[in-house]
Amino acid sequence: MGKITSNVKNEFKLKYLINYCLVLVLLLVGMVMMFTGGLKMSFARLLTQIGFSIILAVSLNLVVGFLGELSLGHAGFMCIGAYIGGFCANALSNYIGSKFLVLLITMIIGGVIASVFGFVIGLPSLRLKGDYLAIVTLAFGEIVRNIFKNQKAFGGAMGLSTGPIQYDTRNNMSLYIITFVIALIMLFVTQNLIRSKHGRAITAIRDNEIAAKAMGINVTFYKLLAFIVAAFFAGVAGVIYAHYTTPVSYTFFSYNYSIEILVMVVLGGMGNITGSIIAATLISCVNFFLQSRLSGDLAALRYLIYALVLIFIIIFGNAPALRPFKEKYGISALSEKIKKLFKKKKPFDPAAVKEDEGSWDRIPTKIDMDAILSTDINPEISGEQENADKKND
Amino acid sequence: MITLIDGLSLGSIYALIALGYTMVYGIAKMLNFAHGDIIMVGAYAIYVAMSFANPNPVIALISSIIVCTLLGVFVEKFAYKPLRGASPLAVLITAIGVSYFLQSVAQIVFGSQPKPVSGWKLPKIEFLNQFGITTGAVVTLIAGILIMVALTLFINITRTGSAMLAVSEDKGAAKLMGINVNKIITITFAIGSALASFASMFYLLQIPNAEPTLGAMPGIKAFTAAVIGGIGSIPGAMLGGMVLGVIEKICLSIEVISPYTTAIEFSLLILILLVKPTGFLGRTTKEKV
Repeated sequence: MGKITSNVKNEFKLKYLINYCLVLVLLLVGMVMMFTGGLKMSFARLLTQIGFSIILAVSLNLVVGFLGELSLGHAGFMCIGAYIGGFCANALSNYIGSKFLVLLITMIIGGVIASVFGFVIGLPSLRLKGDYLAIVTLAFGEIVRNIFKNQKAFGGAMGLSTGPIQYDTRNNMSLYIITFVIALIMLFVTQNLIRSKHGRAITAIRDNEIAAKAMGINVTFYKLLAFIVAAFFAGVAGVIYAHYTTPVSYTFFSYNYSIEILVMVVLGGMGNITGSIIAATLISCVNFFLQSRLSGDLAALRYLIYALVLIFIIIFGNAPALRPFKEKYGISALSEKIKKLFKKKKPFDPAAVKEDEGSWDRIPTKIDMDAILSTDINPEISGEQENADKKND
Repeated sequence: MITLIDGLSLGSIYALIALGYTMVYGIAKMLNFAHGDIIMVGAYAIYVAMSFANPNPVIALISSIIVCTLLGVFVEKFAYKPLRGASPLAVLITAIGVSYFLQSVAQIVFGSQPKPVSGWKLPKIEFLNQFGITTGAVVTLIAGILIMVALTLFINITRTGSAMLAVSEDKGAAKLMGINVNKIITITFAIGSALASFASMFYLLQIPNAEPTLGAMPGIKAFTAAVIGGIGSIPGAMLGGMVLGVIEKICLSIEVISPYTTAIEFSLLILILLVKPTGFLGRTTKEKV
């Protein structure tokens, strides 16, 4: 038993370390370019964009992939973070000289307020599931947008101007460093959450809510926890966005942006953090390169690609008819084959097999038990007995 | 009074869209996110038909119905059918993908600028028009009610209709009774999409501009209407649509709260889902393991 658990732990550690490494690599790329003097403004901005996309994708993955509820209002949480954070930063920058301090304080404010709304949106999830909850989160995103659009204090239809608090200047492009550090902190929090017993409770709710409840899991608490953590980081990403661009416009946080984050999660694989990081990086880069090349109506080509990616990945991953095909040629099957190639075949050692110790690679079913019970344990003895019986006859 | 009539005519548009949602939800147990975008495609079909030399609203409507019905069946066959039996989350995400797909294709083909659809020649009704009630609103209201009555009769009288009811009740049992479930679901999508083309016609009567995002907002609002009335129930969709339309017009007519109309409507949706998730006329179902 002890051996098995330690194995699982090692594998988990590796899986989680990869994620930290991925973010660190991105960070190092930026740092190296900065010290060699080759870091352009546009590339620094791309790095920041990748950073907050990672934060958004991983936090949405917590809700969609691990809790199993579809949230279409992630951009709404980000909107709250961006508006509140931008507003507070504008006010604070009059009193505090250090931009870094302002960013830090507003991140906490924006994150906390977003997580309060995460709590509020988590509440319906206790009664609603699936399609209904998706619609509620979508409605939430639209409500938030609609309200901020009509607040004069937040700039109204023009959007909140955050010019004075823009972090990156021509001489100092370091917002991406802070973004990646926040992404690392977020990874630390989410991964430890998922690894802990709380994380297992969350995945148990995803797999079967009623069964989880029957096992004594506090469904209310864990659902709200997942929503609050996800909303907090979406809010933080929003604050970063407010420091990244000006003006903060309500049009950016439309339902389309929520879908874009969802595409990152689905492309990377629901419940797979490494996948989310890679997909967020990929999609941010695609956005970045296509935005400058496609102009006007052809910009929709980007969304066309996203739509096709969503449809094909989901159909390939979930269609019942494709299952046998996938088992033969899918990624997991391929990786199994590759693993087999590298695995050394151990010579059979009869001494290692202990006879009396029943080793099960799966839980015995009734058919197995019947098969075991029906076989003769000691055929020689029973054979003799049969012979004896025959003689007696 | 004018607000009420306007609200009811807007409501009948919502109700028509909501019927499409509610039928598909009742029978296929899935939220067809792309329904609003089928309306958009219908509007473009009308635009294309009307831009020919001799515009005729009837021909435009018929071509729009054909396009929408084919599109609905096509989408069902290629995107939703492979996922029958898969998790609801997967189906929902695919539906979102289809919605996205239709929007971006429309934008690439027709551009993001709204295309004006003109050439309607509606007869003037002097008696009503002097009160400020437009002919379009009256036509929408009457046609909407007629379509709903026809649909209710279709469901309750014809064999196909009762087969649809049976499928929505219990798919497995319906299959055992010799009903071709897949065919019924396809028919449902076809009817829902045909209703969507009527909705796009009436929508263009009120706002004569076809644009790629035309369907998104009415689609979500119509879903709100379907939820208010109780999803899966046809009279519920009518009632919900009318209620939502009147609320929207009332909100828009009061200056202080008019900017917040969207927020109010969606808050209503959340409230109703929290207090009574089955809506006014919906049925409660017990959750089983």
